[in-house]
Amino acid sequence: MDIRLEQASLHWQHHCVFSDLNLTLPSGQWTSILGQSGVGKSSLLQLLCGIADEADICGAIHCSDGQPLNGRVAWMAQQDLLLPWLSVLENVLLAARLQHGKVSPEQTEQARYLLSQVELADRANARPAQLSGGQRQRVALARTLFQDQPLVCMDEPFSALDAITRLKLQDLAAELLADRTVLMITHDPLEALRLSDSILVLQGSPARLSDPIIPVGQAPRAVHDEQVLQLQAQLLELLAGEAL
Amino acid sequence: MTALLRPIGIALGLLLSWQLVVWLTDAPRFILPGPLLVFDTLVSQFPLLMKHAGVTLIEILLGMLLGTGLGLISALSLITWSRLRRWLLPVLVISQAIPVFALAPVLMLWLGYGMTSKVAMATLIIYFPVTAACFDGLRQTPTGFLQLARTLGASRRALLLQIRLPAALPAFGSGLRVAASVAPIGAVVGEWVGSSTGLGYLMLNANARMQVDLMFAALLVLAVMALALYFSVNLVARRLTPWLDESTSSATRGNTP
Repeated sequence: MDIRLEQASLHWQHHCVFSDLNLTLPSGQWTSILGQSGVGKSSLLQLLCGIADEADICGAIHCSDGQPLNGRVAWMAQQDLLLPWLSVLENVLLAARLQHGKVSPEQTEQARYLLSQVELADRANARPAQLSGGQRQRVALARTLFQDQPLVCMDEPFSALDAITRLKLQDLAAELLADRTVLMITHDPLEALRLSDSILVLQGSPARLSDPIIPVGQAPRAVHDEQVLQLQAQLLELLAGEAL
Repeated sequence: MTALLRPIGIALGLLLSWQLVVWLTDAPRFILPGPLLVFDTLVSQFPLLMKHAGVTLIEILLGMLLGTGLGLISALSLITWSRLRRWLLPVLVISQAIPVFALAPVLMLWLGYGMTSKVAMATLIIYFPVTAACFDGLRQTPTGFLQLARTLGASRRALLLQIRLPAALPAFGSGLRVAASVAPIGAVVGEWVGSSTGLGYLMLNANARMQVDLMFAALLVLAVMALALYFSVNLVARRLTPWLDESTSSATRGNTP
């Protein structure tokens, strides 16, 4: 399912951050948006998730199947947002618990399978507080996968982790989210280049989206890949040019 | 081991200085009885003390049950209906400007000299702190949790019962601890104003008859009862929030929400 956002505009304190912004998320593709803080990336993502109540943002969302997008987006934030009073397994099952109040055996089975995919099958009954930051974000990834929605929106999902954990989680995410429609917001050019099919830069005042940068090859791309390094330098220059 | 020795040491030190004051000032027994005399009275008057303590305990427990129940219901209503919040919140704050002690005589007049007026006193004195603690707890749910729940398709009811309520449990625990420490005050003040049973009545009566040793014994029973109540409530509050570590729900930090 392709998703198209048209005529999006964001105002902040009577000041136009961006307007007339169009964005297409092609089906089964991983799209990343890079940009500085305050350029409205997160608001854009929250608009798609239907949780942008703090921002003065509007835009028309069209799905290629003609149905509204509302309620069909899985959101993964920078914080893991695991509920501290639930076990790891119950957190993965949160969508089922909140929608139906109870959980079927098949759903539990599915959640256990997803936990084994993020290599946390043995921690199913632990509480989130007993896990490390990387493990918690893996649980959040399992929870996102459990929702099984046509669009996955990720807001700087790995930025709170240390470099090595981040690389490992990127590999895992690339593997588990292959062939899904993903929108990822990030500050990190390397992260975008390793994972995305298409990278857009949001910058300027008012901000606009750049032409897509399309790295070739299969994600996750290696950190020492010639093309990745070259594009990373290019992206850093582009982003820094704005700041300087 | 030192953790056990310390309270015993503190208790012995206090008793010793009490006895010292009695010896040094040579105070007559109807002004300040020594600890030994009080202990003696405690033993000899034990059935009488227990009879009155039982009444006070029931008043405190009923007051706590009603006060926390009403407080929780009020907090949930305030968070659910924003219109109610605009009308009721000022009323609640104004009602706190009236000291509950000042209401005691009126309560006696309306509810009689029996147990009802004391339970009402305890309920009233608990109600506001519990409501405030629960309301604050319910209001301060991390926005991330609420946003996540919305993307997960949670209904308003599920949002309240499965996200806001559990997130507010630590604050509710603080409310319970405050309730446990002020409920005995409400019950005893109620008994002072007018009653024929209860530890408050016994203390006032003993005082008037210069039986200061009995008064101290009653005070001692009351103190033990209040401490036991506080620690059992603390235990319950910790059971409610097993995901919090010891440092945030310990007895010493319990009253700071």
